[in-house]
Amino acid sequence: MNNRDDILARVRRNQPPAVALPEVPLFDGVVHDFKTNLERMGGEFLQGEPAALIRAKFPHARVICSATPEVAGNRPLPDDPKALADVDLGVVRARFGVAETGSVWLSEAEFEVNALGFLPQHLVVLLDPKAIVANLHHAYRQPGFREARYAVLMTGPSATADIEGILVRGAQGIRSLTVIAC
Amino acid sequence: MKRVDHAEASSRFIAAREHVEFHDKRLWDLRQKRDREAEAIPEWEELRTLASSIKEHTLSHLGDYLEQFERNAIANGMQVHWALDAAEHNQIVYQLLRSHGATVLVKSKSMLTDECEMRPFLETRGIQIIETDLGERIQQLDDEPPSHIVVPAVHKLRGDVAQVFSRTIGTDARKSDVPYLAESQRQHTRPYYLKAGAGMTGANFAVAETGSFVVCTNEGNADLSANLPKLHIASIGIEKLIPRLADLGVFVRMLSRSALGSPITQITSHFRAPRPGTEIHVVLVDNGRSERLGMDGFWRSLKCIRCGACMNTCPVYRRSGGLSYGATYSGPIGVIIDPTFNLRKYSALPFASTLNGSCTAVCPVKIDIHDQIYRWRQVIAERGQLPMVKQEAMRMAGKVLASPKLYRLAVKAAQAGLDHLPRSMIYNPLNAWGRQREVPKAPKQSFREWYLKHR
Repeated sequence: MNNRDDILARVRRNQPPAVALPEVPLFDGVVHDFKTNLERMGGEFLQGEPAALIRAKFPHARVICSATPEVAGNRPLPDDPKALADVDLGVVRARFGVAETGSVWLSEAEFEVNALGFLPQHLVVLLDPKAIVANLHHAYRQPGFREARYAVLMTGPSATADIEGILVRGAQGIRSLTVIAC
Repeated sequence: MKRVDHAEASSRFIAAREHVEFHDKRLWDLRQKRDREAEAIPEWEELRTLASSIKEHTLSHLGDYLEQFERNAIANGMQVHWALDAAEHNQIVYQLLRSHGATVLVKSKSMLTDECEMRPFLETRGIQIIETDLGERIQQLDDEPPSHIVVPAVHKLRGDVAQVFSRTIGTDARKSDVPYLAESQRQHTRPYYLKAGAGMTGANFAVAETGSFVVCTNEGNADLSANLPKLHIASIGIEKLIPRLADLGVFVRMLSRSALGSPITQITSHFRAPRPGTEIHVVLVDNGRSERLGMDGFWRSLKCIRCGACMNTCPVYRRSGGLSYGATYSGPIGVIIDPTFNLRKYSALPFASTLNGSCTAVCPVKIDIHDQIYRWRQVIAERGQLPMVKQEAMRMAGKVLASPKLYRLAVKAAQAGLDHLPRSMIYNPLNAWGRQREVPKAPKQSFREWYLKHR
């Protein structure tokens, strides 16, 4: 017997009596505010014309890579993700947001190069305010999860509290995440 | 194999007073943050019930869900391997690295790879492994196992980290401010993502209906490890399966709230298929899980989603530190899992509990943790694994508690003893209950005396 069949046989021999699978409701009771929750997680929420907001917030950004036609970067997205190592700012448009957690949903279709969400120093995410779902139950019913090779719910910048519980924003991925509603 | 002496090991931790006080405070703070999050969600208890039922359902049909996951993952373009035990897991990972010519591996935190003791196995075979989670990296550089399943270096203070980093990655030993230490690790680690031949992650959930797996992290390290090298290996315990995407709503809502008191991890990643031109290999690991599944009274421990809430709330864990358990999994969840790996070695652990039930009350998947701890004590006593002192104490206690007359005499003696004995008789090395605590004042009257007077 190979490992696979051996493990499956052991599992089936030892499974406890069947328990029923419950349906998961949408839990629409509470109204969540995207901006409040994003800010709690260390993100920033802006509204307005993206190019102008980016110029004002990141005046010193030398290398900007954009995966959305609405904002022009100054270097095209590379084929090799490692070439993003010296990028100061990445720009991308999210497919949708989640109010409960302040998260934005991104996949390889949005990023073009997945590492755009992690290797640059900062990330700006454009989000259509009409594309915000109430909570994670709604989020997990979006078809994107079934189609994307890689999908991520990003909520604020990378962070760590591994030393004495002191929160440090900008752990290993992006140092800041700015959502621009537009 | 030598029995882990939890009491002896924790006495070393307790000796460092500053550390114990901070440890206790930090973990209780996590518990309080968890409470605030739970209380803010009106359906919290309903979510716990759902999570428990979904997990019990999955475990009771695990064979089918494993096959469904495998079928879909392969159809998506991922490759699936099966490992019966830790040795097979390590061998599979090694072969994958070798066949891809990878000598540097960047990996995010995975309790499973710790459980399999993968790092030393690969290192002796010439693979350089970079733990990329800050806490896990501190522990790797200090040559210590993680002491907590979510915050691996929670037992260390910033001064300890400054010492470790100055010794290993060349930071200034006099500088121990936390942002400096974290930034130093960022600068030190980033080049490895670019030169590593392979990246490795664990998984928090594996979804059968989509053949995808989910990794919940905060630092960005898992996604850098997975999205830069051309080979991504994910080690997944077979109990991580859940049936549907919709079930993720329940678990993701509760995981980080229970663990750190934040509504979600900063980064929640879903891997369904490799990027074009790259490979994802999933290693499904049994390593004792199928056997645990058949253990009446203990199989529900497989519902665990590794949030660590039971550890943060446990008074014994908070004051003894994770390393004192001498096992990969510490705290209440460790106490009920570890004996399934080696009953003799871990036979003292189920006694590292006051059976207060706080662990059970905060568990997001409703594992009957303190009941299982009590059941393990019975198993250990039945199999003759109690140490001599405990056996003798239990035998005496059994005698006294079985006889009302003896019991009443003992109560009287204790009352008199606590009131009149010199301190040295109570607070001495032979009486474990007098260590690190003041024995409470005995009431003037026992309940029985009061009852006889007032009935």
